[in-house]
Amino acid sequence: MSEPTFEVDHLSLHYLTRFGEKIHAVTDVSFEMKQGEILGIAGESGCGKSTLVNGLMGLFIPPLHPTSGDVKVGGESLMNRTPQDIREHVLSRKVSMIPQGAFNALNPTRKVKDIAADVIVAHEKGDRKKAYDRLGERFELFFGAEAKRILNAYPVQLTAGERQRSVIGISTLLNPEMVIADEPTSALDVSTQKIVIKMIFDLLDAGIFKSMIFITHELPLLRHVADNIAIMYAGEFVEKGTAEQIVFSPKHPYTKALMGAMLSAEPGQKSRKPVAIEGAPPSLAEAIVGCRFAARCPVARPECRQNKQELRMFADRLVRCDYAE
Amino acid sequence: MKLLKNLLKSPMFVIGASLFFGTILVALFAPLFYSVTLDRVGEQYAAPGAGHLLGTDNLGRDYISLLIMGLRSSLYVGFLAGIIATAVGTLLGIYGGFKGGWIDDLLNMLTNLFIVIPSFVVLILISASFKDGRSLTLIGLIIGATTWTWSARAVRAQSSALKSRDHIWLARINGDGTLAILVKHILPYLLSYVFMVFILQIASGILSEAAISMIGLGPLDTQSLGVILNDAKSNGALGDGVWWAFIPSTVLITMIVFALYLINTSMEGVFNPRLRK
Amino acid sequence: MPSETPIFSARDVVRVFGSGKKLVRAVDGVSFDIADGEIVSIVGGSGCGKSVLAKIMLGLYKPTSGQFLYEGHEITDQRDHWNEVQAVFQDPFSCFNQFFTIRAQLKAAFHILKDKPSKSEIDDRVDAGLLAVNVAPKDIEGKYPFELSGGQMQRMLLARIFALRPKVLIADEPTSMVDACVRANILDYLMKLKVELSMTIVFVTHDIGLAYYVSDRLFIMHEGKIVDAGTPDDVILKPTSPVTVRLLDDIPEIHKEWIKR
Repeated sequence: MSEPTFEVDHLSLHYLTRFGEKIHAVTDVSFEMKQGEILGIAGESGCGKSTLVNGLMGLFIPPLHPTSGDVKVGGESLMNRTPQDIREHVLSRKVSMIPQGAFNALNPTRKVKDIAADVIVAHEKGDRKKAYDRLGERFELFFGAEAKRILNAYPVQLTAGERQRSVIGISTLLNPEMVIADEPTSALDVSTQKIVIKMIFDLLDAGIFKSMIFITHELPLLRHVADNIAIMYAGEFVEKGTAEQIVFSPKHPYTKALMGAMLSAEPGQKSRKPVAIEGAPPSLAEAIVGCRFAARCPVARPECRQNKQELRMFADRLVRCDYAE
Repeated sequence: MKLLKNLLKSPMFVIGASLFFGTILVALFAPLFYSVTLDRVGEQYAAPGAGHLLGTDNLGRDYISLLIMGLRSSLYVGFLAGIIATAVGTLLGIYGGFKGGWIDDLLNMLTNLFIVIPSFVVLILISASFKDGRSLTLIGLIIGATTWTWSARAVRAQSSALKSRDHIWLARINGDGTLAILVKHILPYLLSYVFMVFILQIASGILSEAAISMIGLGPLDTQSLGVILNDAKSNGALGDGVWWAFIPSTVLITMIVFALYLINTSMEGVFNPRLRK
Repeated sequence: MPSETPIFSARDVVRVFGSGKKLVRAVDGVSFDIADGEIVSIVGGSGCGKSVLAKIMLGLYKPTSGQFLYEGHEITDQRDHWNEVQAVFQDPFSCFNQFFTIRAQLKAAFHILKDKPSKSEIDDRVDAGLLAVNVAPKDIEGKYPFELSGGQMQRMLLARIFALRPKVLIADEPTSMVDACVRANILDYLMKLKVELSMTIVFVTHDIGLAYYVSDRLFIMHEGKIVDAGTPDDVILKPTSPVTVRLLDDIPEIHKEWIKR
């Protein structure tokens, strides 16, 4: 039970653009996950988290290519396998992904139960009728009495929240070990978000899936959802620790800046102005000298632009900053 | 233009475009280099030889001349039908899709009406009734006026999807009226689509002309690729092994339509602005 | 100098869509006044009717019944209305036409003004608008919308407002499609609009935290009705409606418990 289910070992990924440029979208990412763990990956848009997600499934479809490193699920490597192989043996069974905006990408011409049955039949070559029965049972778990209505509806007849929950339900039909959710609640309003997160917790507690990687830019959300959080910036992890550590005592200047940009409806908030981080992440097409955050860092020193920062243990967690305090 | 450069990178486009423009160039400029004549240059159905490299027809006329003239006519009908069908379809589609409501319903009814009427039958009936006045222009007009339904449907769907984009709301609060919105904010998004539709309508026009001519209801007193085939058929050239009477024109029709399909397919990948990013 | 007449005045405004069995009462009898120079937020979950109400304020929809007044009279001429009331919308990418440069579209906004300024004045005002959102005019020279990020595009929407200088801004979920860092920026710009240009701002959102920070007053909307209204401290510290309580509960706060497992 303490063996890692998921191991990522110095993974680097790049894109090849039409003009032959190499964009190093992810650089040297390593982490392990145990059963029952929820890892949150947080960062601005464009930090590489969505690219990382595709890499974590071993789905390297051009223009995305692996540069180096390894990804192992339950000890089995996902590298150097054909997309066909990944689709048949890994996707939906071992690792399931819920892409960003998935609830808007459901096939509008098919009912939810048909979309779901397709997944079962595609992977388990079984009886379609039995698939429908399984579906019914599973959807009753989290939709209760509403299950029948939802299964028989077309996506357009459902609310955004119902659609997203259906997507999550469909992604976990085959009881995958790991689920990767890319911004699953970003476009939903707060009440719907809570319902969706509750569903995720229920599924996890029922053992329907074992661990999860939850990607978002909302740190307060991760405080409640994740056990551990990794902060991503310009393709690298800049800080990684437990959720409490990251949210209550961030050490890396970027993490501090992210927390500073958060708002809450608490008394005293009015006097605490959210501090925006000016500027934008560096281009990943060229080699970067020194710390990637130096250009925007409020406490950057001249050395920062020269010295590449490596991850080191500081205050019981990993921080990519020699001058963190 | 960046677009052109991207298109040129696709081998399908290069081949298709070269073929198509090649035939247009031949149709337009060949007479400058080659004496196109309808006079008798040899024996009836003479085999290819000096003075008539693709043989002669039943009246001893040079096939190359006939083909060049036929090419011009077929291309003319194709373009005319294509322009009319695309223009009518696009106008109705854009307006109905954008306005929605009863205007959309009305236009849909109209479109469905025209779909139900088999266009080829209409073509035959009208052609047959114009015993003396069958010109290329008339045929082009009829084809155009009966085949616009496909463009209308396709454009309407796109227009309807676009109208809910926020940039339309923004255009309105910028003060743009309906016409300005349709032209500046909806049409550009559809242009690539409309162009592809146009390409296919040209192809369809050429084929329809060939078909109607082959059943003897084609234009009178003019050569077209279909008329050439019809003459070949009615003079028994097929049975007598006079291959030069029907193979070159068949090849030309097939080649033009094929070239147009190639252009259309290659454009699909390049034109989509989202794919381009 | 703020005027006495409320900028917006609503009395039992109702707006329905569809008919018969498919009838939807998007706005179901709302009444309120919004004063000159205020920032008012309309907060609610999806489907509560806030976007429809925003479009009524913009003159894009007419009320089905009830009275809605701008500066004391009904909105009769849309173009006149848009000279003084403008908007920013939620999805920065779908707000701009991909075929025209950004600068051209910023300049096109001036088309609505009755007293159209000269070409050079338009250029100056567009430049000023860009600088107000911390963008150097040459940075977007010749650029098209798809060449910019979501955050930058959202700034362009605000640059347009700084350039046009309307009296009233309706901001319909301007922050829900951008990430946290950009959100803080956008709020800064909204405050700047109020402070420097004395603009009345109606901020429509589902994020009560944002609304709390930026508003003078909050309205909580649910199923087409306004269920709670008052200053941010009133509404959040002393909520009168269960809807408000639930909305506050639903926000993940770092210091509060959120979901019981």
